[in-house]
Amino acid sequence: MWAYLLRRLVQAVLILLGVSFITFLLLYVLPADPVRQIAGRSATPQVVESIRRELGLDQPFLVQYWNYLTGLVQGDLGRSYLQKADVAGLIASRLPATLQLMALAIVFELIIGLGMGIAAALWRGRAVDSVLMMTSFAAVSAPQFVVGLLLLYLFAVQLGWFPISGYGTFSHAVLPALTLAVTGSGWYARMMRSSMIDVLHTDYLRTARAKGLSRGRIVLRHAVPNAILPIIAMIGIDVGIFMGGAVVVESVFGWPGIGQLAWQAIQRVDIPIIMGVTVVSAVAIVLGNLLADMIAPFVDPRIKLR
Amino acid sequence: MKLRHLLLGTAMAAALAGPGLAQEEQLDPNAKPGGSIVITYKDDVATLDPAIGYDWQNWSMIKSVFDGLMDYAPGTTELRPGLAESYEISDDLLTYTFKLRPGVKFHNGREMTAEDVKYSLERVLTPATQSPGAGFFGSIKGADKMADGSATTLEGLTVVDPQTVRFELSRPDATFLHVLALNFASVVPKEAVEAAGGDFGHQPVGTGAYKLGEWLPGQRVVFQKNPDYWRAGLPYLDQITFEIGQEPVVALLRLQNGEVDVPGDGIPPAKFQEVISDPDQAARVVEGGQLHTGYITMNVTQPPFDKVEVRRAVNMAINKDRVVQMINNRAVPANQPLPPSMPGYSQGYAGYPHDVEGAKKLLAEAGYPDGFTTELYAMNTDPNPRIAQAIQQDLKAIGINAEIRALAQANVIEAGGAGNAPMVWSGGMGWIADFPDPSNFYGPILGCDGAGEGGWNWSKYCNEELDAAAQAADAMAKPEEAEARLQAWSAVFEGVMEDAPWAPVFNEQRFTMKSPRMGGADALYTDPVSIPINYDYVYVTDVQ
Repeated sequence: MWAYLLRRLVQAVLILLGVSFITFLLLYVLPADPVRQIAGRSATPQVVESIRRELGLDQPFLVQYWNYLTGLVQGDLGRSYLQKADVAGLIASRLPATLQLMALAIVFELIIGLGMGIAAALWRGRAVDSVLMMTSFAAVSAPQFVVGLLLLYLFAVQLGWFPISGYGTFSHAVLPALTLAVTGSGWYARMMRSSMIDVLHTDYLRTARAKGLSRGRIVLRHAVPNAILPIIAMIGIDVGIFMGGAVVVESVFGWPGIGQLAWQAIQRVDIPIIMGVTVVSAVAIVLGNLLADMIAPFVDPRIKLR
Repeated sequence: MKLRHLLLGTAMAAALAGPGLAQEEQLDPNAKPGGSIVITYKDDVATLDPAIGYDWQNWSMIKSVFDGLMDYAPGTTELRPGLAESYEISDDLLTYTFKLRPGVKFHNGREMTAEDVKYSLERVLTPATQSPGAGFFGSIKGADKMADGSATTLEGLTVVDPQTVRFELSRPDATFLHVLALNFASVVPKEAVEAAGGDFGHQPVGTGAYKLGEWLPGQRVVFQKNPDYWRAGLPYLDQITFEIGQEPVVALLRLQNGEVDVPGDGIPPAKFQEVISDPDQAARVVEGGQLHTGYITMNVTQPPFDKVEVRRAVNMAINKDRVVQMINNRAVPANQPLPPSMPGYSQGYAGYPHDVEGAKKLLAEAGYPDGFTTELYAMNTDPNPRIAQAIQQDLKAIGINAEIRALAQANVIEAGGAGNAPMVWSGGMGWIADFPDPSNFYGPILGCDGAGEGGWNWSKYCNEELDAAAQAADAMAKPEEAEARLQAWSAVFEGVMEDAPWAPVFNEQRFTMKSPRMGGADALYTDPVSIPINYDYVYVTDVQ
């Protein structure tokens, strides 16, 4: 167990190094000069060079990367080029909003995905099953910005049930969380369906049915709790999907999370923020996956960590 | 003899608009103080540090939190003293002495003095500040030494006494008072900058009409009225809330619901026709000119655009009226680099006519009777790709095959700066003046200074004769020379058009929409220096 954990931690560090290196390299070779974004239009060549020197951007690539890494291990994510504020602080101020959104999205995707999966399994092979599986397929494939705009138009603009955008109350969170949950709920519906079908064919459920238990009791007390276990362990992996989705969803709904921060930074080539959000997201994804793997043996004792 | 301008407008303003007499602030008799308004933006406010902020969104916000020695009369391009009570210019035009307004307090309660003026300018010029505005102050003696790090104090700026500062220039500079009206010259209190620990941009303290109330990143920025503001009776509003993260379309819907007073990003292009054709909404749209020109650059260092006939042919090929129609008439066709609302605009200048046959003939003369293939760079956000396509069609008509390269803004700027782009459509990056003076439309975008690697002169055009004429014009800093100076500038820009490194296409108009309760003259909603509106002078009509 401990050896496993240690190995996973070493892996995690290597992954983070890789992610930071590749992102840093991509931003370095990008045909857009951050200094020109900072210096603006009227800057004299002297001002441009002076800013480049102050930011250390006149150094060779590997020196720049090394400087970034040494800062990183000390918890220093650098300073935003355009906001002139610590990136760690900027991310910290945005993180709660993103976490709230994710938490609600997890609730939504479980309710929707599991509900669809259970129904599809119970009516397997019927019309309900095909409709639900088609829906889940559409949910998995639908681009989030399209889903977001559709939900926004229907429920906020036309029906007026939810605010159009913004942050603050629960009702502000519903549409963005739903948008974020759509992809995941499609996956969960498909997984829950097959998991339920497996469980429904087990001997102990056949026994329960033979014993004369009501259908409702069999499904709710015996089938669902067993079918759901392997899926719970997947939630950790959702973190990664959400991190990617947050950039789109937060921009569409004006949600003040790190996705919005990243999106605006990308447009202005504010490299420290792009790097910071990437590193924080990578950490979250690695931790989420690790968590998923750690939970798995508790949920299903047949799985052993090696 | 010294030229004394006691509470007068500047040299130029005096010449253009007649002398402004020493006067108390003119308050609007209809304005009632109080109330609060909501303004929306899509993007977060990057910073409110006047040494750093340099986008059109934070520019006017910073103007309301901070003041500089000079300022503009609301809704105009007319200079007036701000924190300066009066100033004197020496006969040789090299020494400017400013008397500060007494009793002006920062938001932290401390009185502003001449030391603060010195600190603030030195802060901008210190390389560690990384101010994009440092280059504007090049005419002050010793600014170059601060820029290269060989001096830490500004030689040409002396604190004479707590109420007096003296600037010494290394050359006469007719734009100097405009430069002092830039946000970069705002006066900041040293103790607040130091207390903010490198994040003054989120904890700004100035002398301006509003102070920062609350700032929730990505959500909202709230300005509170500064009750001790030195312009008595201003501002009218108690509070301004800037709501962030609002798509322009959403902002418009909320304006129609009465939840928003001014959509900061303007009327979204897709909704423009709908708004303008509804008399009720159209009545609340204020239209005005802005100091903007949209143009096509042609890289004069590379064939085929190294031939002036080819560049003139392009100027004659573009159907500007059609381009203007395509963007719902939100612009007026342009025939020269300067926009019509800029002093120095050549009224009588005819420009190149739209003449397809004439253009073909010029191409043939240049040795391209069958045209050629080239690339047109443009920003990839609407309506720029559509405009690029219209330009492409017009060029096709004279035999030029332009392939469109639609890229993100930063990539177009990079390609233009590096000299890799044969043609660039400037839309989305078009030049908007930093200050209302023709000089600002030349140096960085048409002069030799901007033609180097990475400069904004994407034509890489460098005409040394015109550069000398431009410098001579900017040395004409005497008030009685103001008119002659503007004529000199007109001649420079006509000279540029002779060489045709650009094809000017249009000057964008501004359309600011407001809620029914917003009050104040229309000029405040199309203020040339405060976009979208002049926050200090607008008011609401529904306060009791």
